[in-house]
Amino acid sequence: GLAIPYWEGVPLKDMEFVQFHPTTLFGTNILMTEGCRGEGGYLTNNQGERFLGNYSDSRKAMEIAPRDIVARNIQREVDEGRGYEKAYVHLELQHLGEKKIMIRLPGIRTLAMDFAGVDPITEPVPVQPGQHYTMGGIDCNKDCETPIEGLYAAGECACVSVHGANRLGGNSLLETIVFGQIAGESAAKFFLGKGAATKSADTQLHESILKRETEKVESIKSSTGKENPFQIKQELQTVMKDKVGIFREEESLQEAVDKIRELKERFQNTSLQYKEGGFNYNLLGYMDIKGSLDVAETIAVGALTRKESRGSHFRMDFSKRDDENWLKHTVATLVKGECKLSYTDVNLELYPPVERKY
Amino acid sequence: MAKDSLKFKIFRFDPKDAQGPRFDTFDVPYTPGLTVLMGLIYIQEFLDGSLAFRSSCRAGVCGSCGMHINGQYRLACETQAKDFLGGKITIRPLSHLPIYRDLVVDMSGFWDKYKTIKPYLIPGETAPEGRERYQTPDERARIDGVIDCILCACCHASCPMTETDEQYLGPAVLTKAARFLLDTRDSGTGERLVISGDEHGVWRCHTVYNCVKVCPKEIDPTGAIAELKKEAIRWKVLGKEKSIS
Repeated sequence: GLAIPYWEGVPLKDMEFVQFHPTTLFGTNILMTEGCRGEGGYLTNNQGERFLGNYSDSRKAMEIAPRDIVARNIQREVDEGRGYEKAYVHLELQHLGEKKIMIRLPGIRTLAMDFAGVDPITEPVPVQPGQHYTMGGIDCNKDCETPIEGLYAAGECACVSVHGANRLGGNSLLETIVFGQIAGESAAKFFLGKGAATKSADTQLHESILKRETEKVESIKSSTGKENPFQIKQELQTVMKDKVGIFREEESLQEAVDKIRELKERFQNTSLQYKEGGFNYNLLGYMDIKGSLDVAETIAVGALTRKESRGSHFRMDFSKRDDENWLKHTVATLVKGECKLSYTDVNLELYPPVERKY
Repeated sequence: MAKDSLKFKIFRFDPKDAQGPRFDTFDVPYTPGLTVLMGLIYIQEFLDGSLAFRSSCRAGVCGSCGMHINGQYRLACETQAKDFLGGKITIRPLSHLPIYRDLVVDMSGFWDKYKTIKPYLIPGETAPEGRERYQTPDERARIDGVIDCILCACCHASCPMTETDEQYLGPAVLTKAARFLLDTRDSGTGERLVISGDEHGVWRCHTVYNCVKVCPKEIDPTGAIAELKKEAIRWKVLGKEKSIS
């Protein structure tokens, strides 16, 4: 979704701001909603303590502190050996009682039982932070317009931005509904105007584009590369998880950027196993991986270049927020196959930034 | 057979292929927590790129991966492979719908039936000024049992009546009609009773209960259909003033 406009020259904004949700199920990383903590759930380490009280930034709000803070503190507990199986902590819901869980949290009870084999009424649920949402996305304005006339973006794929470096819980659903409507209205207004009518009637334009895209697909189908694109995907997943995760620093980010560029090279030498039409998941996967490699590059390059910590982007080597140098949006554009960064001002309007204290 | 691998025996069929249907067997390495869906994805990515099956959320909420697995219609993403360790996992597509290719069935017949039941709120009065339509917690609780349908078509596949009568609306579609019958904000009961009371509607249900057995969301379609049958009779015999809608 993000790759297609990016390939056509539309910039992607603020890509390094990736939200890691604090509580995903250990193993499958299926989401355990924030509602578990909102209803009164606790997070405990292998000493049985509600460890969020040991950190100055989560001491006050505890389990309902902002997501980036809770995710980082869970990860610290695990990294310092106070987790379970060196991977997760416990989400305790037993004290809420069967009635409350059955009425307020029946969905997560089913998920915990089906995918982790535990019943939250009687046992703690194993949870770990997991990638959840992209604050960054297709550069657009508050009418959902992108730099390409007639192309609109709304929801998670878009970046106006309304979330900045850190999204609050529930606001993704809100964003989808609000900007879905705005995008629809903007698009309708444009297509009812004169210029659009001319373009729509230009069948020659349509045919030339169809021809171009068909030829692209045909050349993918007839490629004879030696590697399996899904092998590239696995290696991409590993490098993003290990080096562009919750805690970032210069050396491993540089290694990640280098690795992604190597994977992009190797991807040129891949081919499809199945070349027919109709429900061709091999081809679909190939296109998906091709896009993922470019999107991953914007994230890694953005993270490497931003030498500060802000919201969900945390640098161990630059752990303070630096408004003087870095209060700006990162804009990533594809130039001759490479990710080039530039920066734009942040629209602060009503709320000048202050120190983040809890 | 090694304890840490599994055999996946999968139905393969391409209508364009003169060969006809067959079963292919694959060895999939087992890791703790492996689901049937994860196994299928592994096969598609590393063993045979031609395998076709639908999936999306991998968490049991989208309804895309309904299949017949070791004798039961269920979601592949919710089926733990560890229950079949040391043995074989046999996978077939959903029944009672045309097969597009391998495990992908043509759902358009199912969607056409779904549209006929008007699966959207038909409100009575005009919207209240500046606020939503209120429901008490008790009124909202009336639809608890029928609101979770993810349209996976496992019930439709397991129901023998959708086989003998291809136009039978089936458990999921009729449950949706019941969902609006029970919703206090809706007033489309009359229209829906006409559709669900016709030749291919509720009276084709013979309370076989297969749908109840297979539903991944633990919905009771047989019960919902019974409510529709009762309501249809109420309207006919007692008059629509006796409606429970």
